[in-house]
Amino acid sequence: MNVAVCVKVVPAPDAPAQLSPQTHNLERGDDSVLDEADSFGVEIALRLAEQAGGGEVVLLSMAPHTATSGLRTALAMGAARALLVSDERLAGSDALGTARVLAALARRAGADLLVAATESSDGYTGTVPAQVAELLGQPAVTYAKHAETDGSSLTVQRQTDKGYEEVLCPLPAVLSVTAGVVDVRYPSLKGILSAKNKPVEVLSLADIAIDPSLVGAAGARQEVISVEPAEQRRGGQVMTDEGGAESKVIEVLTEWGVLS
Amino acid sequence: MTTLLVVAEQHDGAVTAHSLELCSGASSLAAKVMAVTWGKGSEQAAAALGEMGAHKVVTIGDLGDLLAAPRVASVLAQQVEESSPEAVFAPATYEGRDIAARLSARAALPVIANAVAIERVGDGLVSTHLVFGGRELVRARFSGAQAGIFIVKAKSFPLGAAGAPGATTSPARAAPEVVGAQAPELGQAEAARVVSRHVERLEGPSLDDAKVVVAGGRGLGGAEHYALVEELARLLGGAPAASRAIVDAGWAPYANQVGQTGRTVKPDVYLAFGISGATQHLVGMKDARHIVAVNTDAEAPLIQVADLGIVGDVHQVLPRLIAALKARP
Repeated sequence: MNVAVCVKVVPAPDAPAQLSPQTHNLERGDDSVLDEADSFGVEIALRLAEQAGGGEVVLLSMAPHTATSGLRTALAMGAARALLVSDERLAGSDALGTARVLAALARRAGADLLVAATESSDGYTGTVPAQVAELLGQPAVTYAKHAETDGSSLTVQRQTDKGYEEVLCPLPAVLSVTAGVVDVRYPSLKGILSAKNKPVEVLSLADIAIDPSLVGAAGARQEVISVEPAEQRRGGQVMTDEGGAESKVIEVLTEWGVLS
Repeated sequence: MTTLLVVAEQHDGAVTAHSLELCSGASSLAAKVMAVTWGKGSEQAAAALGEMGAHKVVTIGDLGDLLAAPRVASVLAQQVEESSPEAVFAPATYEGRDIAARLSARAALPVIANAVAIERVGDGLVSTHLVFGGRELVRARFSGAQAGIFIVKAKSFPLGAAGAPGATTSPARAAPEVVGAQAPELGQAEAARVVSRHVERLEGPSLDDAKVVVAGGRGLGGAEHYALVEELARLLGGAPAASRAIVDAGWAPYANQVGQTGRTVKPDVYLAFGISGATQHLVGMKDARHIVAVNTDAEAPLIQVADLGIVGDVHQVLPRLIAALKARP
Protein backbone atom coordinates (compact mmCIF):
# COMPACT_ATOMS: atom_id res chain seq x y z
CA MET A 1 0.00 0.00 0.00
CA ASN A 2 1.47 3.35 -0.98
CA VAL A 3 0.73 6.27 1.30
CA ALA A 4 1.14 9.96 0.55
CA VAL A 5 1.26 12.47 3.40
CA CYS A 6 0.86 16.25 3.19
CA VAL A 7 3.51 18.18 5.08
CA LYS A 8 4.22 21.83 5.57
CA VAL A 9 7.52 23.43 6.40
CA VAL A 10 7.04 26.27 8.90
CA PRO A 11 9.23 28.65 10.88
CA ALA A 12 10.77 27.35 14.06
CA PRO A 13 8.33 28.00 16.96
CA ASP A 14 10.80 30.41 18.56
CA ALA A 15 10.67 32.66 15.47
CA PRO A 16 7.09 33.96 15.71
CA ALA A 17 5.19 34.90 12.59
CA GLN A 18 3.59 38.28 12.04
CA LEU A 19 1.25 39.91 9.59
CA SER A 20 2.94 42.22 7.15
CA PRO A 21 1.65 45.78 7.68
CA GLN A 22 1.91 46.32 3.91
CA THR A 23 0.55 43.17 2.25
CA HIS A 24 -1.33 41.69 5.23
CA ASN A 25 0.22 38.34 4.30
CA LEU A 26 1.47 36.06 7.04
CA GLU A 27 5.22 36.59 7.17
CA ARG A 28 6.85 33.40 8.27
CA GLY A 29 10.53 34.29 8.38
CA ASP A 30 12.97 31.64 7.20
CA ASP A 31 10.94 28.44 6.94
CA SER A 32 12.91 25.78 8.63
CA VAL A 33 11.12 22.99 10.45
CA LEU A 34 8.45 20.36 9.86
CA ASP A 35 5.10 21.62 11.20
CA GLU A 36 4.61 19.84 14.51
CA ALA A 37 1.01 18.96 13.59
CA ASP A 38 2.26 17.27 10.41
CA SER A 39 4.69 15.05 12.31
CA PHE A 40 1.59 13.16 13.55
CA GLY A 41 0.46 12.68 9.93
CA VAL A 42 3.88 11.33 8.98
CA GLU A 43 3.86 8.96 11.94
CA ILE A 44 0.37 7.63 11.11
CA ALA A 45 1.33 7.23 7.43
CA LEU A 46 4.41 5.22 8.35
CA ARG A 47 2.44 3.02 10.77
CA LEU A 48 -0.36 2.34 8.28
CA ALA A 49 2.12 1.45 5.51
CA GLU A 50 3.87 -0.94 7.92
CA GLN A 51 0.54 -2.42 9.00
CA ALA A 52 -0.48 -3.04 5.38
CA GLY A 53 2.66 -5.13 4.93
CA GLY A 54 4.94 -2.51 3.44
CA GLY A 55 4.82 0.14 0.78
CA GLU A 56 6.21 3.54 0.16
CA VAL A 57 5.44 6.73 2.10
CA VAL A 58 5.72 9.82 -0.11
CA LEU A 59 5.75 13.39 1.24
CA LEU A 60 3.71 16.01 -0.61
CA SER A 61 4.61 19.63 0.04
CA MET A 62 4.38 23.08 -1.50
CA ALA A 63 6.15 26.35 -0.81
CA PRO A 64 7.08 29.61 -2.50
CA HIS A 65 10.76 28.69 -1.95
CA THR A 66 12.98 25.62 -2.08
CA ALA A 67 13.83 25.16 1.62
CA THR A 68 13.91 21.42 2.29
CA SER A 69 15.29 21.06 5.81
CA GLY A 70 11.83 20.38 7.26
CA LEU A 71 11.24 17.68 4.64
CA ARG A 72 14.51 16.00 5.65
CA THR A 73 13.09 15.51 9.15
CA ALA A 74 10.15 13.53 7.76
CA LEU A 75 12.44 11.60 5.40
CA ALA A 76 14.62 10.74 8.41
CA MET A 77 11.54 9.37 10.18
CA GLY A 78 11.15 6.88 7.33
CA ALA A 79 9.40 8.45 4.34
CA ALA A 80 10.92 7.26 1.05
CA ARG A 81 10.85 10.41 -1.04
CA ALA A 82 9.25 13.83 -1.38
CA LEU A 83 7.43 15.80 -4.06
CA LEU A 84 7.77 19.55 -3.54
CA VAL A 85 6.00 22.11 -5.67
CA SER A 86 8.16 25.15 -5.38
CA ASP A 87 6.97 28.26 -7.13
CA GLU A 88 7.04 31.83 -5.92
CA ARG A 89 3.54 32.30 -7.35
CA LEU A 90 2.29 30.06 -4.51
CA ALA A 91 2.86 32.85 -1.98
CA GLY A 92 -0.45 33.95 -0.45
CA SER A 93 -2.35 30.79 -1.43
CA ASP A 94 -5.67 30.27 0.33
CA ALA A 95 -7.02 26.89 1.46
CA LEU A 96 -8.64 26.05 -1.91
CA GLY A 97 -5.48 27.00 -3.83
CA THR A 98 -3.46 24.82 -1.45
CA ALA A 99 -5.91 21.94 -1.91
CA ARG A 100 -5.68 22.22 -5.71
CA VAL A 101 -1.90 21.86 -5.62
CA LEU A 102 -1.99 18.98 -3.11
CA ALA A 103 -4.68 17.15 -5.13
CA ALA A 104 -2.53 17.43 -8.26
CA LEU A 105 0.46 16.11 -6.31
CA ALA A 106 -1.62 13.24 -4.90
CA ARG A 107 -2.63 12.24 -8.43
CA ARG A 108 1.01 12.33 -9.48
CA ALA A 109 2.08 10.23 -6.47
CA GLY A 110 -0.71 7.73 -7.24
CA ALA A 111 -1.08 6.73 -3.60
CA ASP A 112 -3.78 4.44 -2.22
CA LEU A 113 -4.13 6.62 0.86
CA LEU A 114 -3.52 10.32 1.48
CA VAL A 115 -2.86 11.38 5.08
CA ALA A 116 -2.98 14.97 6.35
CA ALA A 117 -2.98 16.72 9.70
CA THR A 118 -6.33 18.26 10.58
CA GLU A 119 -4.90 21.76 10.49
CA SER A 120 -1.51 23.39 10.29
CA SER A 121 -0.07 25.10 13.35
CA ASP A 122 0.02 28.49 11.66
CA GLY A 123 -3.03 28.71 9.38
CA TYR A 124 -5.93 27.04 11.28
CA THR A 125 -8.31 26.81 8.35
CA GLY A 126 -8.83 23.08 8.88
CA THR A 127 -10.53 22.52 5.52
CA VAL A 128 -7.71 21.35 3.25
CA PRO A 129 -8.01 17.54 3.73
CA ALA A 130 -11.73 17.47 2.80
CA GLN A 131 -11.16 19.94 -0.05
CA VAL A 132 -8.47 17.65 -1.49
CA ALA A 133 -10.78 14.63 -1.12
CA GLU A 134 -13.58 16.41 -2.98
CA LEU A 135 -11.19 17.41 -5.79
CA LEU A 136 -10.05 13.77 -6.03
CA GLY A 137 -13.60 12.38 -5.83
CA GLN A 138 -12.57 10.35 -2.78
CA PRO A 139 -14.05 9.81 0.68
CA ALA A 140 -12.44 11.70 3.54
CA VAL A 141 -12.34 10.34 7.05
CA THR A 142 -11.50 13.41 9.08
CA TYR A 143 -10.50 14.11 12.71
CA ALA A 144 -9.21 10.57 13.21
CA LYS A 145 -7.94 9.69 16.66
CA HIS A 146 -7.13 6.10 15.73
CA ALA A 147 -6.73 4.37 12.36
CA GLU A 148 -5.96 0.84 11.19
CA THR A 149 -5.72 -0.70 7.75
CA ASP A 150 -5.71 -4.11 6.09
CA GLY A 151 -4.29 -2.64 2.90
CA SER A 152 -7.61 -2.29 1.10
CA SER A 153 -9.70 -0.34 3.63
CA LEU A 154 -9.39 1.83 6.72
CA THR A 155 -11.04 1.39 10.10
CA VAL A 156 -11.05 4.75 11.85
CA GLN A 157 -12.21 6.20 15.15
CA ARG A 158 -13.43 9.64 14.06
CA GLN A 159 -13.97 12.34 16.67
CA THR A 160 -17.44 13.85 16.93
CA ASP A 161 -19.06 16.49 19.11
CA LYS A 162 -20.33 13.82 21.47
CA GLY A 163 -17.48 11.31 21.41
CA TYR A 164 -16.40 9.30 18.41
CA GLU A 165 -17.73 7.10 15.63
CA GLU A 166 -16.16 4.06 14.06
CA VAL A 167 -15.91 4.47 10.28
CA LEU A 168 -15.08 1.81 7.71
CA CYS A 169 -13.74 3.21 4.45
CA PRO A 170 -12.51 1.49 1.30
CA LEU A 171 -9.36 2.85 -0.37
CA PRO A 172 -8.46 5.10 -2.09
CA ALA A 173 -9.32 7.67 0.57
CA VAL A 174 -8.12 10.74 2.46
CA LEU A 175 -7.47 10.49 6.20
CA SER A 176 -6.98 13.52 8.46
CA VAL A 177 -5.56 13.04 11.94
CA THR A 178 -5.64 15.31 14.95
CA ALA A 179 -2.44 16.15 16.77
CA GLY A 180 -1.49 14.10 19.79
CA VAL A 181 -3.12 10.85 18.72
CA VAL A 182 0.14 8.86 18.56
CA ASP A 183 3.66 9.14 19.91
CA VAL A 184 5.82 10.45 17.10
CA ARG A 185 9.07 8.56 16.58
CA TYR A 186 12.41 10.34 16.74
CA PRO A 187 14.54 9.91 13.64
CA SER A 188 17.32 7.38 14.21
CA LEU A 189 20.91 8.26 13.36
CA LYS A 190 20.67 5.85 10.43
CA GLY A 191 17.47 7.58 9.34
CA ILE A 192 19.07 11.02 9.53
CA LEU A 193 22.06 9.88 7.48
CA SER A 194 19.96 8.12 4.84
CA ALA A 195 17.55 11.09 4.55
CA LYS A 196 20.30 13.16 2.97
CA ASN A 197 20.28 10.87 -0.05
CA LYS A 198 16.53 10.39 -0.43
CA PRO A 199 15.03 12.02 -3.52
CA VAL A 200 13.23 15.36 -3.22
CA GLU A 201 11.65 16.06 -6.60
CA VAL A 202 11.16 19.80 -7.05
CA LEU A 203 8.29 20.64 -9.39
CA SER A 204 6.88 23.81 -10.92
CA LEU A 205 3.20 24.65 -11.32
CA ALA A 206 3.55 23.77 -15.01
CA ASP A 207 4.86 20.30 -14.09
CA ILE A 208 1.59 19.53 -12.28
CA ALA A 209 -0.58 21.37 -14.82
CA ILE A 210 -1.97 23.95 -12.40
CA ASP A 211 -3.18 27.27 -13.77
CA PRO A 212 -1.17 29.92 -11.85
CA SER A 213 -4.23 32.19 -11.70
CA LEU A 214 -5.96 29.64 -9.41
CA VAL A 215 -3.28 29.61 -6.71
CA GLY A 216 -1.22 32.06 -4.67
CA ALA A 217 -2.36 35.58 -3.98
CA ALA A 218 -3.80 35.72 -7.54
CA GLY A 219 -6.18 32.83 -6.87
CA ALA A 220 -7.09 33.71 -3.29
CA ARG A 221 -10.39 35.51 -3.69
CA GLN A 222 -10.23 36.95 -0.22
CA GLU A 223 -8.35 39.77 1.39
CA VAL A 224 -7.41 41.06 4.79
CA ILE A 225 -8.56 44.65 5.03
CA SER A 226 -7.25 45.61 8.46
CA VAL A 227 -5.05 44.38 11.28
CA GLU A 228 -5.17 46.02 14.68
CA PRO A 229 -4.36 45.18 18.27
CA ALA A 230 -7.29 43.53 20.05
CA GLU A 231 -8.61 44.93 23.29
CA GLN A 232 -6.99 42.96 26.08
CA ARG A 233 -8.78 41.73 29.14
CA ARG A 234 -7.72 43.28 32.44
CA GLY A 235 -6.99 41.14 35.45
CA GLY A 236 -8.50 41.41 38.91
CA GLN A 237 -7.40 40.16 42.28
CA VAL A 238 -4.37 37.88 42.66
CA MET A 239 -3.84 35.99 45.94
CA THR A 240 -1.43 33.34 47.13
CA ASP A 241 -2.91 30.13 48.49
CA GLU A 242 -1.99 29.72 52.13
CA GLY A 243 -4.29 26.79 52.75
CA GLY A 244 -7.69 28.43 52.40
CA ALA A 245 -8.05 29.60 48.81
CA GLU A 246 -11.10 27.37 48.33
CA SER A 247 -13.16 29.66 50.60
CA LYS A 248 -12.34 32.62 48.36
CA VAL A 249 -13.38 30.61 45.28
CA ILE A 250 -16.69 29.70 46.95
CA GLU A 251 -17.16 33.35 47.92
CA VAL A 252 -16.77 34.62 44.34
CA LEU A 253 -18.88 31.79 42.90
CA THR A 254 -21.64 32.83 45.31
CA GLU A 255 -21.22 36.48 44.38
CA TRP A 256 -21.47 35.58 40.67
CA GLY A 257 -24.62 33.52 41.22
CA VAL A 258 -23.19 30.05 40.56
CA LEU A 259 -23.67 28.97 44.17
CA SER A 260 -26.51 30.05 46.39
CA MET B 1 -32.28 41.27 -2.69
CA THR B 2 -29.44 39.57 -0.89
CA THR B 3 -29.66 35.95 0.20
CA LEU B 4 -27.51 34.16 2.75
CA LEU B 5 -27.29 30.37 2.86
CA VAL B 6 -26.83 28.75 6.28
CA VAL B 7 -25.51 25.25 6.99
CA ALA B 8 -27.68 24.15 9.94
CA GLU B 9 -26.83 21.14 12.12
CA GLN B 10 -29.57 19.37 14.03
CA HIS B 11 -29.95 16.16 15.99
CA ASP B 12 -33.35 14.40 16.15
CA GLY B 13 -35.21 17.60 15.32
CA ALA B 14 -33.26 19.89 17.70
CA VAL B 15 -31.12 22.48 15.91
CA THR B 16 -27.79 23.17 17.65
CA ALA B 17 -27.49 26.53 19.40
CA HIS B 18 -24.50 27.31 17.16
CA SER B 19 -26.55 26.83 13.98
CA LEU B 20 -29.45 28.85 15.38
CA GLU B 21 -26.99 31.68 16.04
CA LEU B 22 -25.86 31.56 12.40
CA CYS B 23 -29.46 31.69 11.21
CA SER B 24 -30.26 34.58 13.54
CA GLY B 25 -27.10 36.42 12.51
CA ALA B 26 -27.77 35.85 8.82
CA SER B 27 -31.29 37.22 9.14
CA SER B 28 -29.88 40.44 10.60
CA LEU B 29 -27.58 40.82 7.58
CA ALA B 30 -29.68 39.84 4.57
CA ALA B 31 -33.22 40.16 3.28
CA LYS B 32 -33.56 36.43 2.69
CA VAL B 33 -32.12 33.47 4.60
CA MET B 34 -32.09 29.90 3.36
CA ALA B 35 -30.99 27.04 5.58
CA VAL B 36 -29.95 23.53 4.57
CA THR B 37 -30.30 20.83 7.21
CA TRP B 38 -30.04 17.04 7.18
CA GLY B 39 -30.45 13.87 9.20
CA LYS B 40 -33.28 12.22 11.09
CA GLY B 41 -35.68 14.91 12.31
CA SER B 42 -34.61 17.54 9.76
CA GLU B 43 -38.26 18.30 8.87
CA GLN B 44 -39.05 19.11 12.53
CA ALA B 45 -35.96 21.31 12.70
CA ALA B 46 -37.37 23.60 10.03
CA ALA B 47 -39.76 25.40 12.43
CA ALA B 48 -36.95 26.37 14.83
CA LEU B 49 -34.87 27.65 11.92
CA GLY B 50 -37.87 29.68 10.75
CA GLU B 51 -38.19 31.28 14.18
CA MET B 52 -34.56 32.38 13.90
CA GLY B 53 -35.21 34.01 10.56
CA ALA B 54 -34.96 31.34 7.85
CA HIS B 55 -37.39 31.99 4.99
CA LYS B 56 -36.72 28.68 3.31
CA VAL B 57 -35.42 25.40 4.73
CA VAL B 58 -34.06 22.67 2.50
CA THR B 59 -34.13 19.27 4.26
CA ILE B 60 -32.06 16.28 3.22
CA GLY B 61 -33.49 13.65 5.59
CA ASP B 62 -31.86 10.66 7.21
CA LEU B 63 -28.45 9.85 5.73
CA GLY B 64 -28.24 6.49 7.53
CA ASP B 65 -24.65 5.31 7.89
CA LEU B 66 -23.15 7.86 5.48
CA LEU B 67 -20.78 10.61 6.56
CA ALA B 68 -22.83 13.75 5.96
CA ALA B 69 -20.38 16.06 4.17
CA PRO B 70 -20.39 14.81 0.53
CA ARG B 71 -24.20 14.62 0.21
CA VAL B 72 -24.87 17.88 2.10
CA ALA B 73 -22.22 19.74 0.11
CA SER B 74 -23.70 18.54 -3.17
CA VAL B 75 -27.14 19.88 -2.15
CA LEU B 76 -25.56 23.17 -1.04
CA ALA B 77 -23.78 23.43 -4.39
CA GLN B 78 -27.16 23.08 -6.14
CA GLN B 79 -28.61 25.81 -3.92
CA VAL B 80 -25.65 28.11 -4.61
CA GLU B 81 -26.19 27.56 -8.31
CA GLU B 82 -29.94 28.21 -8.15
CA SER B 83 -30.09 31.05 -5.63
CA SER B 84 -26.73 32.82 -6.06
CA PRO B 85 -26.39 33.68 -2.35
CA GLU B 86 -24.11 36.49 -1.29
CA ALA B 87 -22.32 34.09 1.08
CA VAL B 88 -22.64 30.78 2.90
CA PHE B 89 -22.36 30.56 6.71
CA ALA B 90 -21.17 27.23 8.15
CA PRO B 91 -20.59 26.42 11.83
CA ALA B 92 -16.98 25.79 12.91
CA THR B 93 -17.73 22.22 14.00
CA TYR B 94 -16.45 18.85 12.77
CA GLU B 95 -19.30 18.43 10.27
CA GLY B 96 -19.54 22.13 9.44
CA ARG B 97 -15.89 22.35 8.41
CA ASP B 98 -16.04 19.21 6.29
CA ILE B 99 -19.21 20.39 4.56
CA ALA B 100 -17.72 23.86 3.92
CA ALA B 101 -14.55 22.25 2.56
CA ARG B 102 -16.41 19.97 0.14
CA LEU B 103 -18.69 22.79 -0.99
CA SER B 104 -15.66 25.01 -1.55
CA ALA B 105 -13.96 22.45 -3.79
CA ARG B 106 -17.18 21.44 -5.57
CA ALA B 107 -18.43 24.95 -6.36
CA ALA B 108 -15.00 26.67 -6.52
CA LEU B 109 -15.87 28.99 -3.64
CA PRO B 110 -13.22 30.55 -1.38
CA VAL B 111 -13.39 29.88 2.38
CA ILE B 112 -12.71 32.25 5.25
CA ALA B 113 -12.42 30.25 8.48
CA ASN B 114 -12.76 31.01 12.19
CA ALA B 115 -14.83 34.18 11.97
CA VAL B 116 -15.89 35.54 15.38
CA ALA B 117 -18.14 38.26 13.94
CA ILE B 118 -19.60 39.21 10.57
CA GLU B 119 -21.00 42.61 9.78
CA ARG B 120 -22.16 44.51 6.75
CA VAL B 121 -19.80 47.25 5.67
CA GLY B 122 -20.97 49.16 2.64
CA ASP B 123 -22.49 46.59 0.32
CA GLY B 124 -20.23 43.73 1.41
CA LEU B 125 -19.74 41.41 4.36
CA VAL B 126 -16.68 41.78 6.56
CA SER B 127 -15.58 39.09 9.02
CA THR B 128 -13.53 39.53 12.18
CA HIS B 129 -10.85 37.07 13.31
CA LEU B 130 -8.64 36.82 16.34
CA VAL B 131 -5.08 35.91 15.45
CA PHE B 132 -1.95 35.25 17.45
CA GLY B 133 -4.00 34.12 20.41
CA GLY B 134 -6.27 37.13 20.41
CA ARG B 135 -3.52 39.73 20.45
CA GLU B 136 -4.55 41.04 17.06
CA LEU B 137 -7.86 41.56 15.34
CA VAL B 138 -8.03 40.92 11.62
CA ARG B 139 -10.88 41.94 9.34
CA ALA B 140 -11.33 40.12 6.06
CA ARG B 141 -13.69 39.91 3.12
CA PHE B 142 -14.10 38.09 -0.15
CA SER B 143 -12.76 39.93 -3.14
CA GLY B 144 -14.53 39.89 -6.45
CA ALA B 145 -18.19 39.42 -7.12
CA GLN B 146 -18.44 35.73 -6.36
CA ALA B 147 -19.84 34.23 -3.18
CA GLY B 148 -17.67 32.72 -0.47
CA ILE B 149 -18.05 30.51 2.58
CA PHE B 150 -17.57 31.88 6.10
CA ILE B 151 -16.84 29.23 8.73
CA VAL B 152 -18.09 30.86 11.93
CA LYS B 153 -17.17 30.07 15.53
CA ALA B 154 -19.86 29.49 18.16
CA LYS B 155 -21.13 32.55 20.08
CA SER B 156 -20.27 34.91 17.23
CA PHE B 157 -23.85 36.15 16.89
CA PRO B 158 -26.38 36.79 19.66
CA LEU B 159 -29.25 34.35 19.62
CA GLY B 160 -32.44 36.33 19.04
CA ALA B 161 -35.66 34.95 17.63
CA ALA B 162 -37.09 36.95 14.77
CA GLY B 163 -39.37 39.60 16.25
CA ALA B 164 -38.09 39.09 19.80
CA PRO B 165 -37.04 42.17 21.81
CA GLY B 166 -33.64 43.26 20.63
CA ALA B 167 -33.77 41.14 17.49
CA THR B 168 -32.98 42.95 14.30
CA THR B 169 -35.12 40.68 12.16
CA SER B 170 -38.62 41.65 11.14
CA PRO B 171 -41.51 40.43 13.29
CA ALA B 172 -44.53 38.48 12.06
CA ARG B 173 -42.44 36.05 10.11
CA ALA B 174 -44.50 33.44 8.30
CA ALA B 175 -43.52 29.78 8.73
CA PRO B 176 -40.61 28.96 6.45
CA GLU B 177 -41.06 27.27 3.12
CA VAL B 178 -39.80 23.69 3.57
CA VAL B 179 -38.42 21.81 0.60
CA GLY B 180 -37.11 18.25 0.55
CA ALA B 181 -33.87 18.04 -1.44
CA GLN B 182 -33.11 15.40 -4.01
CA ALA B 183 -29.55 14.42 -3.24
CA PRO B 184 -27.92 12.29 -5.92
CA GLU B 185 -25.63 9.39 -5.02
CA LEU B 186 -21.97 10.29 -5.25
CA GLY B 187 -20.13 6.95 -5.63
CA GLN B 188 -16.58 6.69 -4.29
CA ALA B 189 -16.66 10.14 -2.65
CA GLU B 190 -19.20 8.81 -0.13
CA ALA B 191 -17.88 5.26 0.17
CA ALA B 192 -17.16 5.60 3.91
CA ARG B 193 -19.68 3.99 6.31
CA VAL B 194 -20.30 4.73 9.97
CA VAL B 195 -20.23 1.35 11.69
CA SER B 196 -20.99 2.51 15.25
CA ARG B 197 -21.39 5.72 17.25
CA HIS B 198 -19.95 6.17 20.75
CA VAL B 199 -20.98 8.87 23.22
CA GLU B 200 -18.17 9.71 25.63
CA ARG B 201 -19.89 12.17 27.91
CA LEU B 202 -23.58 11.89 28.62
CA GLU B 203 -24.27 13.86 31.78
CA GLY B 204 -24.19 17.59 32.30
CA PRO B 205 -24.45 20.47 29.83
CA SER B 206 -22.38 20.58 26.64
CA LEU B 207 -19.28 22.73 26.55
CA ASP B 208 -21.08 25.16 24.25
CA ASP B 209 -24.10 25.58 26.53
CA ALA B 210 -22.51 25.34 29.99
CA LYS B 211 -22.77 28.36 32.29
CA VAL B 212 -19.74 27.09 34.19
CA VAL B 213 -16.68 25.56 32.53
CA VAL B 214 -13.94 23.85 34.56
CA ALA B 215 -10.72 23.40 32.62
CA GLY B 216 -7.50 21.55 33.32
CA GLY B 217 -4.01 21.95 31.88
CA ARG B 218 -0.50 20.63 32.09
CA GLY B 219 -0.24 21.69 35.74
CA LEU B 220 -2.52 18.78 36.68
CA GLY B 221 0.61 16.68 36.33
CA GLY B 222 -1.00 13.54 34.96
CA ALA B 223 -4.01 12.02 33.19
CA GLU B 224 -5.32 10.55 36.47
CA HIS B 225 -5.89 14.05 37.90
CA TYR B 226 -8.24 15.09 35.10
CA ALA B 227 -10.97 13.19 36.99
CA LEU B 228 -10.86 16.02 39.59
CA VAL B 229 -11.64 18.56 36.88
CA GLU B 230 -14.58 16.43 35.77
CA GLU B 231 -15.77 16.04 39.36
CA LEU B 232 -15.68 19.79 40.04
CA ALA B 233 -17.55 20.42 36.77
CA ARG B 234 -20.22 17.96 37.91
CA LEU B 235 -20.50 19.59 41.34
CA LEU B 236 -20.98 23.03 39.76
CA GLY B 237 -23.38 21.81 37.08
CA GLY B 238 -20.83 22.74 34.44
CA ALA B 239 -18.79 21.12 31.69
CA PRO B 240 -15.17 19.94 31.80
CA ALA B 241 -12.65 21.43 29.38
CA ALA B 242 -8.97 21.05 28.58
CA SER B 243 -6.00 22.89 27.15
CA ARG B 244 -4.44 21.71 23.91
CA ALA B 245 -1.35 20.52 25.79
CA ILE B 246 -3.23 17.88 27.77
CA VAL B 247 -5.41 16.85 24.82
CA ASP B 248 -2.21 16.31 22.83
CA ALA B 249 -0.86 14.35 25.79
CA GLY B 250 -3.95 12.14 25.78
CA TRP B 251 -5.21 13.16 29.26
CA ALA B 252 -8.53 14.52 27.97
CA PRO B 253 -10.62 13.96 24.82
CA TYR B 254 -10.27 16.38 21.90
CA ALA B 255 -13.98 17.20 22.21
CA ASN B 256 -13.11 18.99 25.49
CA GLN B 257 -10.39 21.18 23.96
CA VAL B 258 -10.84 24.92 24.31
CA GLY B 259 -8.71 27.28 22.27
CA GLN B 260 -7.75 28.35 18.79
CA THR B 261 -7.89 24.79 17.45
CA GLY B 262 -10.72 23.68 19.74
CA ARG B 263 -13.92 25.23 20.99
CA THR B 264 -14.71 28.84 21.76
CA VAL B 265 -16.68 29.15 24.99
CA LYS B 266 -18.34 32.12 26.66
CA PRO B 267 -19.57 30.79 30.01
CA ASP B 268 -20.51 32.92 33.00
CA VAL B 269 -17.57 31.46 34.91
CA TYR B 270 -14.42 29.78 33.61
CA LEU B 271 -12.27 28.03 36.21
CA ALA B 272 -8.80 27.07 35.00
CA PHE B 273 -6.55 24.69 36.93
CA GLY B 274 -2.91 24.38 35.96
CA ILE B 275 -3.33 26.22 32.65
CA SER B 276 -0.66 28.85 32.08
CA GLY B 277 -2.77 30.51 29.38
CA ALA B 278 -0.85 30.21 26.13
CA THR B 279 -2.35 32.55 23.55
CA GLN B 280 -3.63 29.43 21.80
CA HIS B 281 -5.87 28.79 24.82
CA LEU B 282 -6.80 32.37 25.72
CA VAL B 283 -8.47 32.97 22.37
CA GLY B 284 -11.00 30.23 23.13
CA MET B 285 -12.14 31.49 26.54
CA LYS B 286 -11.16 35.12 27.02
CA ASP B 287 -14.76 36.27 26.60
CA ALA B 288 -15.92 34.34 29.66
CA ARG B 289 -17.77 36.71 31.97
CA HIS B 290 -15.64 35.76 34.98
CA ILE B 291 -12.36 33.85 35.17
CA VAL B 292 -10.78 32.04 38.12
CA ALA B 293 -7.26 30.70 37.54
CA VAL B 294 -5.12 28.55 39.81
CA ASN B 295 -1.45 28.17 38.93
CA THR B 296 1.89 27.87 40.70
CA ASP B 297 3.33 30.57 38.47
CA ALA B 298 2.24 34.08 39.46
CA GLU B 299 3.40 35.34 36.06
CA ALA B 300 1.19 32.92 34.08
CA PRO B 301 -0.81 34.89 31.51
CA LEU B 302 -4.09 33.43 32.72
CA ILE B 303 -3.41 34.58 36.30
CA GLN B 304 -2.82 38.06 34.86
CA VAL B 305 -6.25 38.26 33.16
CA ALA B 306 -8.33 36.36 35.75
CA ASP B 307 -10.86 38.11 37.97
CA LEU B 308 -9.50 35.89 40.72
CA GLY B 309 -5.97 34.56 40.28
CA ILE B 310 -4.75 32.09 42.88
CA VAL B 311 -1.05 31.39 43.05
CA GLY B 312 -0.99 27.87 44.44
CA ASP B 313 -0.69 24.18 43.78
CA VAL B 314 -3.69 22.70 41.94
CA HIS B 315 -3.05 19.40 43.71
CA GLN B 316 -3.87 21.21 46.96
CA VAL B 317 -6.52 23.70 45.91
CA LEU B 318 -8.61 21.47 43.63
CA PRO B 319 -9.22 18.62 46.14
CA ARG B 320 -9.92 21.13 48.94
CA LEU B 321 -12.41 23.01 46.78
CA ILE B 322 -14.20 19.75 45.90
CA ALA B 323 -14.27 18.72 49.57
CA ALA B 324 -15.58 22.15 50.63
CA LEU B 325 -18.36 22.05 48.03
CA LYS B 326 -19.38 18.56 49.10
CA ALA B 327 -19.45 19.70 52.74
CA ARG B 328 -21.86 22.56 51.99
CA PRO B 329 -25.37 22.04 53.36
